[in-house]
Amino acid sequence: MSQLKIAIVDYQAGNLRSVAKAIEKAGQRPIITSDPNAIASADALVFPGQGACDSAMRALNQRGLTQPIKAFIATGRPFLGVCLGLQLLFSYSEEGLEPGLGTFPGRVRRLPDGLKIPHMGWNQVRFTQEHQVFKDVPNGSYFYFVHSYYPDPEEASLVACTTTYGIQFCCAIARDNLVATQFHPEKSGTLGLKIYDNFIKFAISRS
Amino acid sequence: MLTKRIIPCLDVDAGRVVKGVSFVNLRDAGDPKEMASFYDEEGADELVFLDITASSDAREIMVEVVKRVSEEVFIPLTVGGGIRGVADVRLMLEAGADKVSINTAAIQDPRIIAQASDYFGSQCIVVAIDAKRVMSTPPKPTDKELGLGPDSRWEVYTHGGRYPAGLDAIKWAKRSAELGAGELLVTSMDTDGRLTGYDLELTRTISEGVSIPVIASGGAGNLEHLYEAIAMGKADAVLAASIFHYGTFRISQAKEFLAQRGIPVRPNVPTERGRE
Repeated sequence: MSQLKIAIVDYQAGNLRSVAKAIEKAGQRPIITSDPNAIASADALVFPGQGACDSAMRALNQRGLTQPIKAFIATGRPFLGVCLGLQLLFSYSEEGLEPGLGTFPGRVRRLPDGLKIPHMGWNQVRFTQEHQVFKDVPNGSYFYFVHSYYPDPEEASLVACTTTYGIQFCCAIARDNLVATQFHPEKSGTLGLKIYDNFIKFAISRS
Repeated sequence: MLTKRIIPCLDVDAGRVVKGVSFVNLRDAGDPKEMASFYDEEGADELVFLDITASSDAREIMVEVVKRVSEEVFIPLTVGGGIRGVADVRLMLEAGADKVSINTAAIQDPRIIAQASDYFGSQCIVVAIDAKRVMSTPPKPTDKELGLGPDSRWEVYTHGGRYPAGLDAIKWAKRSAELGAGELLVTSMDTDGRLTGYDLELTRTISEGVSIPVIASGGAGNLEHLYEAIAMGKADAVLAASIFHYGTFRISQAKEFLAQRGIPVRPNVPTERGRE
């Protein structure tokens, strides 16, 4: 398999090791980096993350990564966001005061009261859009979630799949070469690894 | 719908799994990586590794265990036992753990819960509570807010259940959640190891008293017990050791049993219904 330069954004926000291992399973050797040049020159970018929006945005700003990530997305190269890496693509989050990257208009909202929060565990997803990254992932598959906020995109066409926890909400988005999931494919067993494998194949086809 | 989780718990002593699985021909049932892969394939929803090593170099051994396991196993991994503070939490997360469970250290200094959840996010901080029913009139409370009172029904224990902490388990559970725990792992010391079922009252009282997920632990001896912990105990997840390790039941049997009783579980085989 041809080797790509795959960069995983490191901003001290969560378990990057599992993400890297999942990409290695797909036959690639990713680099975990907070170097803006490495991001700028990557063939594909993976943007994971856990924790709070504000501290994540501050960490990105401190490391000078906000512009490089935006610039990378603007080039249209393959991009995979996971969890906070999905939420930060929107303009605002109810979780904090810092604006997000603002790649897409929309808000990140808190899950309704009366439920156990975080939404933690395996939940079923319903696809509303086809994308190569979700190829051979059956509708109704279960993925591992752990989050308290969910993305609410303004553009319905952005939504790739939904899940239900108290309310039905968007749990992945897809547009052109960008895909981002609220669930954790690197923690979702075989089907999760399938998503990474698909993403790598997709990235190779675009390189 | 969010499914209820089934979580096998593996005790690790000096890097080796004790109480190894006895019904499959694993090359090495004491090898944490092999055991973890086995349970992953069996359909476990998460895994808990509990470090029971007494020696002081336990941390480094456990870090290596977690690193090796996370190379092969792509389901959530919680690591607990001997976590003394934020630095230990970081070590385990960097090694590949998804969640770290804190017990004694959190009781000795509750600020650890707040610090760790601020730093790494609530989602990865589990507070483990070992609780025992209060049998006699409690002594004078050691802690004004969290100490045992005349109405206390369960007391918190530290150091793997060796020492009474003088704290009311229900109050401590609520405080842990307020401080930023993302999940509680509640073990009844009265039922643990007896295979007679979970302490349903304890589980339910805590689960209904907090707004974070609760894992029931201690006492699972058959599949009915798992059902009871979820249906009556209101647990979001059930942890078990013996019934799976000794081959009494397989994870798939547990899931079939629960599904038949109307409990949502993640099926072992991905659904093949295709896109609608």
